[in-house]
Amino acid sequence: MEKHSGFGLIRHGLSHHEHWPRMWRNPEPKPRYDVIIVGGGGHGLATAYYLAKEFGVRDVAVVERGWLGGGNTARNTTIVRSNYLWDEAAWLYEHSLKLWETLSQELNYNVMFSQRGVMNLGHTLQDMRDIERRVRANRLNGIDGEVLDVARIREIVPLLDCSCRTRYPILGASWQPRGGVARHDAVAWGYARAADALGVDLLQQTEVTGIRRSMGRVQGVETTRGFLAADTVGVVAAGHAGVIAKMAGLRLPIESHPLQALVSEPLKPVLDTVVMSNAVHGYISQSDKGDLVIGAGIDGYNGYGQRGSYPTIEHTLQAIVELFPSFSRVRMNRQWAGIVDTSPDACPILSATPVGGLFFNCGWGTGGFKATPGSGHVFAATLAAGKAHPLAAPFSLERFVSGRLIDEHGAAGVAH
Amino acid sequence: MFQLYCPVCREARAEEEFRPKGEARIIRPPVPEAASDEEWADYLYFRTNPKGLHTEQWVHAAGCRKIFLVVRDTVSHEVAGSWALGEAPVVVEGAAEGDSR
Repeated sequence: MEKHSGFGLIRHGLSHHEHWPRMWRNPEPKPRYDVIIVGGGGHGLATAYYLAKEFGVRDVAVVERGWLGGGNTARNTTIVRSNYLWDEAAWLYEHSLKLWETLSQELNYNVMFSQRGVMNLGHTLQDMRDIERRVRANRLNGIDGEVLDVARIREIVPLLDCSCRTRYPILGASWQPRGGVARHDAVAWGYARAADALGVDLLQQTEVTGIRRSMGRVQGVETTRGFLAADTVGVVAAGHAGVIAKMAGLRLPIESHPLQALVSEPLKPVLDTVVMSNAVHGYISQSDKGDLVIGAGIDGYNGYGQRGSYPTIEHTLQAIVELFPSFSRVRMNRQWAGIVDTSPDACPILSATPVGGLFFNCGWGTGGFKATPGSGHVFAATLAAGKAHPLAAPFSLERFVSGRLIDEHGAAGVAH
Repeated sequence: MFQLYCPVCREARAEEEFRPKGEARIIRPPVPEAASDEEWADYLYFRTNPKGLHTEQWVHAAGCRKIFLVVRDTVSHEVAGSWALGEAPVVVEGAAEGDSR
């Protein structure tokens, strides 16, 4: 792997950038691996990277149906924060946020992580009570957070309509200065490049068609490029987690929904933070390219089609225009959807299964991007040890039977 | 976006008038006191989530407000039909109509 640096940039500039090496190999599959990861999105690639880097498991394959980072990794709105209410979730997301803070150096790849702050607006008294409670819970967990009054909000986001003439006037907000956004593709590419350099085989256009099992243990995966044997298989397939689970004879507490997002035409810098509102239901930031990146809630029906319905977009934009009347004439450029794997308590599932050696990392629903490094790290630890990392333990499948749910609808609701 | 036929109003209307209410035919444990934790978990949380044909409940929220059943392909979003509660045919869960992936 060629180390990226300023000097390298100049050197390649002298040869008109024509000699950059490929970022990863495109290897032929080996018949056997120590660990197979199903799913080559951000979480899967991060899992492979940390397995090789931190846990000494280098004989790893990532099996991907399409291309790397082509699913939800490429389809989210790139918001990163860790201000979750409950301890278990807050610890997991904060673990992730800490990894974000050094990720570009760690991967020698610029993931453009920009800690521009994340603001959650409150529009009702109950919103404000919830915000107070969540910010205090965050601070007890060592996570930065503040409650803002309207005057401070106006200072930070002058474009926001903070008047009392709106239908749902803004009463205050929570503010996490360490939150922000990152370049989503770069995260997948950075992990892929670093994992490949450590010897991980990235097998693209290799679709899993079956999970081979014997005596209650996993033997490997059937793919469109033949059978790949492994004693440990980690499934990180997001919206398709349920499809893979079915291959292993399992059921999951997951439903797959379309989650839509859209970007506007590029504008001059107008918004230098992330603004989200649960009550009027929308969130927005501005990318470095200048386009407004907008999203809101899922389409209510199940869907695997990577597209949603028009009324959902209409509601999203109504909310954005309610918050930012000056955006009413901005034209939208593109719109798309990902398939999100929603769980009953809006928390992920990081878990062993009744099939020995088969682990699932799914259920991130609408907010998985922010967790990419942390999810990969704790899942790699789980796969390497064969038992849950302490931060992953509360997120087992067992919680749905025992009733120990981690109800994060308040912090995860619309705010992704 | 698609249209749904409401079997009560006997009219095809825009999707926006309806609200999806999830997988149909989830049966509550008949003797609640006798149900194990696993049975309760399966009833409350675990879902079929098929890629392909899905039998689901919809409510005509901006119309008659009645709940009815729809069989819909979750990949193509193509609607196979609507039925009054209890009348929908049993489909092979997940049998793909469009996409072969």
